[in-house]
Amino acid sequence: MGLLSDPNRRRALISLLTRLNAPICVVCYMAGVAWFMGLAFEPFTLRTYMSENAMGSTMVEERFPAGERALGTGREFSAHKKKAGGMPVDWLVKTMQSRGLEVFTQRFSRRLPFPDEDKERYMVKGTNVYGILRAPRAPRTEALVLSAPCSPGDDNNQAVGVLLGLAQYFRNQVFWAKDIIFLVNEHDLIGMQAWLEGYHHTNTTGMDWSPLQGRGGSIQAALSLELSSDVVTSLDLVLEGLNGQLPNLDLANLFYAFCQKIGVLCTTQGKLQRNDWDSVSGYSHAVQTMMLMVMKQASGRPWGDHGLFLRYHIEAATIKGINSFRQYKTDATTIGRLLEGMYRKLNNLLERLHQSYFFYLMPSLSHFVSIGYYMPAFGLLALILLLRALDLWIQLATPPPGVLSVLTPLVISHLTGVALYTLPIHFQEIAVEHFPVSETEAVVLTAIAVYTAGLALPHNTHRLLTGRGTENGWKVLKLVAVLYLAVLLGCTALINFSLGFILALTLVPVAAFVTPDLCSATPACTLLFSVFLFQELQEMPVSFLDGWMLYLSVISQGILDHALYGSLVYPLVALLVYPCWLLFWNILFWK
Amino acid sequence: FLGEQCCTMKILTLLSLLATHLSASSVNIEENAGQFFSSGHTNNWAVLVCTSRFWFNYRHVANTLSVYRSVKRLGIPDSHIVLMLADDMACNHRNPKPATVFSHKNMELNVYGDDVEVDYRGYEVTVENFLRVLTGRLPPSTPRSKRLLSDDRSNILIYLTGHGGNGFLKFQDSEEISNVELADAFEQMWQKRRYNELLFIIDTCQGASMYERFYSPNLMALASSQVGEDSLSHQPDLAIGVHLMDRYTFYLLEFLEDIHPSSKANMNDLFKVCPKSQCVSTPGHRTDLFLRDPGSALITDFFGSVRKVEITMETINLTEPIQQVDGSVSDGSSVVPPGVHR
Repeated sequence: MGLLSDPNRRRALISLLTRLNAPICVVCYMAGVAWFMGLAFEPFTLRTYMSENAMGSTMVEERFPAGERALGTGREFSAHKKKAGGMPVDWLVKTMQSRGLEVFTQRFSRRLPFPDEDKERYMVKGTNVYGILRAPRAPRTEALVLSAPCSPGDDNNQAVGVLLGLAQYFRNQVFWAKDIIFLVNEHDLIGMQAWLEGYHHTNTTGMDWSPLQGRGGSIQAALSLELSSDVVTSLDLVLEGLNGQLPNLDLANLFYAFCQKIGVLCTTQGKLQRNDWDSVSGYSHAVQTMMLMVMKQASGRPWGDHGLFLRYHIEAATIKGINSFRQYKTDATTIGRLLEGMYRKLNNLLERLHQSYFFYLMPSLSHFVSIGYYMPAFGLLALILLLRALDLWIQLATPPPGVLSVLTPLVISHLTGVALYTLPIHFQEIAVEHFPVSETEAVVLTAIAVYTAGLALPHNTHRLLTGRGTENGWKVLKLVAVLYLAVLLGCTALINFSLGFILALTLVPVAAFVTPDLCSATPACTLLFSVFLFQELQEMPVSFLDGWMLYLSVISQGILDHALYGSLVYPLVALLVYPCWLLFWNILFWK
Repeated sequence: FLGEQCCTMKILTLLSLLATHLSASSVNIEENAGQFFSSGHTNNWAVLVCTSRFWFNYRHVANTLSVYRSVKRLGIPDSHIVLMLADDMACNHRNPKPATVFSHKNMELNVYGDDVEVDYRGYEVTVENFLRVLTGRLPPSTPRSKRLLSDDRSNILIYLTGHGGNGFLKFQDSEEISNVELADAFEQMWQKRRYNELLFIIDTCQGASMYERFYSPNLMALASSQVGEDSLSHQPDLAIGVHLMDRYTFYLLEFLEDIHPSSKANMNDLFKVCPKSQCVSTPGHRTDLFLRDPGSALITDFFGSVRKVEITMETINLTEPIQQVDGSVSDGSSVVPPGVHR
C-alpha cells in the first residue's frame, strides 16, 4: 500500500510530523539562510557568458575619435542650461538638427500628490528633447535608445556632451540597421515616464503630456548614461528597475565584455570585483555586493533612468561614470568607444534579447546566480509555513473547525489595510491644517498613525470576535493566516525575489511560532532594520537620528513611487502584507 | 677524308635525335589523348549551396561565393552552375561596405564581384528545392537557370556549407536535411543517369557524418571535420564585425587559386588541403565508391569545364544518303531520321 493511504504508515508519519515540527522548522530556517549566504561563494556561482549568437564576441573596431569635442559640447550645454534655468530646448534642438537627426520635443506636466522633499519638487513641468537617427538602408521597424538626463546644477553635462558627440559620429556610418533615438529627458524619471508613455500610447499614471510627433520602430534595447566629470576612473552598471525587474543578463554580459576589451574598470553596485574569493574578506565583499543588489531590488524603485523601460519589455541599463581617487583615468573618447562598440553589437540583434536569464543575482560583474539556484533558499523558508499549516490541520482534525469565525478578523484587517493605503494622501490637507507639519511629513505621519492604530485593534475589537476564548479559535485563525502568508510570499518571490525573501526572513519566524502569549516583531521593524543595513553596506553608516529621518523619507518615497510610476511595493505592503500580519497580531492578543 | 666522316656523324646524330624526339612526342600525344578519355565525362555542372541566413553567418555566404568564383574561373559557365544563397549579405543593412562580400580580411578579395548570378535566393533555399534540383523533379514552369540539366556524362560538383551536426545539415534555421535523405537523392540521380561522377564537398561541423550513408557508385566526398569535431571559422574582420570565412574553405580557396584550366593536379592533392595544423579539425574524405583511382582524377574534372573533343580516324562519306534504321524507304512522306547520337 502507498505511503499515504496505508493507515499505519500514515499515523506514523503524522506523529513524526507533530513531534518534530518545531526542530524541522528551525533547521529549515537555518538551511534557508545558509543557502542564501552561500550563493555569493564563488565556486557556487557561474561565470557570465554571452548567450545571444547574433551579438557574438566583441569583434568590432571602435573608431570614435571625438571625445574632447564631446566634452566641449557638454560645456556649451552647461552654459545654456544655466542661462535657460532648466532644459535649453532651443539650443538642443538646433544642435541635434545640425548633426543630421530628426528632432522632436515633448512637453509634460505633473502635480505630485505631495511635495517631494528629496528632490524639492511639487508641480513639475518639463520638456523632453529627442533626435532620431534614421537607419540609412533599413525600414523603420526597430530602434535603439541612448539617453542622458538633464539634471539641475552641474550634473550630467558631460553625459549630454558624449551623447551629442556619438550622435554626430553615428550619423556618418552606413551600417545601422535600426533607428537610434538620442533622448535628453528632463526631471529624470518623471520625464522618462512621460516619454515612454507617449511612445507606447499608454497612460497608466495620469500624467499630462503632449503626443510624440516622431517615432522610431519598436525599441529593442536602451542605455542611459550618467557622466558628471571629464575623466572617470570606473564605470558602474546599474541594473535594478521598477518593481525589481532586471534586464536580460546578456546586456550586462555585453557591457562586461567590452569593459574587458577596452580595458576600463567596471563595477556593479559601486564595488570593484576582487580575486581572492577564498579569503574571508573576499567572500564578505561578494556577499556585500549581492546584498546591495538584493536590497535595491526589494525596494521596487528604479535606480536609474533605465528602470522604466523594463516594463515595456525593453532591455535597458544605466551606465554611470564614477570619478574616485584612482591613478588610472579613462577619458571621454574611451567611453565613447565603449558605447560605440556596444551599439554596434546591439545593431546586430535580430530578435529581442531573450537567450539569457531574466532572473538572477550578481555577486560581481563576472559571476551570476540564476533563479534555479537562488529559489531553493526561499523555498526552504516557505516550507516552514507549510509544515506549520500541516501541524495545525492535524491538531484541528478532531473538533471540526468553523471557518466563518475567521471571517471577522480577516475583514477588519483588510479594512485597516485599505485605510493605510488611502488615508495618508487623502488626509494630508486636514493634517496640515491641524498640525504644524509640512505635507510630506503629514503623509508619513498619517501612515505611521494608521499603522499604530491597527496595532491597537485587537484590544478593542474583542467583543466582535466570535469564538473568542475557545482554544481552537486562534488555531483556525493561525491556519488561515499561515496559508495566506505562504501564498502571498510565494507570489511576491516569483515576481520580486528579493522582496519576497526579505519579508520571508523576518515574517516567517513570527508567523510560525506565534501563539497567544509569545512576542512578535512588525513589518515596520523590518523596514527600519533594512534601512540601517543598506547604509552599512554602502559604507556610509548613519547615526540613529539620521537613520530615522532616512526611514521616514523611504516611506514617503515609496508612496510617491507608487503614485508616479506605478511601483507595487507600497500597495503590496499596505493592502496585503500588513493585513496578513495583523491577523497574527490578533492571535497574539487572543484571550 | 676526316671532314666527310665528321659531317656524316653529325647528320646521323641529328637524325637520330630528331627521330627520338618525334617518337617521344608522338608517345606524349598518345598519352595526352589517352588521358583525355580517361574520365569519361563531357560536361561539368556545379551545385553550390549556402544554407544559413542572418548576418552572423556571413562566412557561409563567403564560403559559397569563393567556390563559385573558382569554379567560374576554371571554366564552368553560369548556365551550368546552380548557386543557392540563403541570405543576402552584400545588401544586408549591417554591411559597412554594401554590395561586397569579402573573403580575406582588410578587404583584399571581394568574392561578390560584378557578375554573380544567384539562382535560388533567400527563402527559396529549402531542403525540398535542393532535393528537387538534384533529382530533377521540378515543376514545368521552372526556368532553365534553376534546373540541374545534367546527363549521364556529366561530372557534378556539389558544395554545401552551413551549420550541421551528426547526420544532418540545418537549412535556414527551420529545417534539416539528413544524411539518409542525401544518400537517397544521390541514388535517385544514379538511377536516372543524372551524373557520371559526383564530387561532394561539405564544410560544416561534423561534416563527415553527411557522407557516411552514401551507397551509389562514382561518388567521392570530402568534409571539413570528423564526427564530434567542430569546423572553425578563420578570421574576423573588425571593420565588418563578423568572421569572413571558414578555415577549410579558406585553404581550399588558396589551393584552387593555384589551379588553372590545364593544371594536372589530382584528387590526392585535394585531400591534403587544410591539414589538422591549419584547420584544427581533421578533414575527411571518402573514395571507396569512386570507381577510378583518385590519383587519376584531375581537379579540373570537377572544378573546371574542359571541353572534350573526340578525334576520329574514320572518314565519313557525306555524298550517300544516310541509311534508314529499318532499311525500307517510305513513299516520301514523313521520313523518321535516325536518333541523334550524343
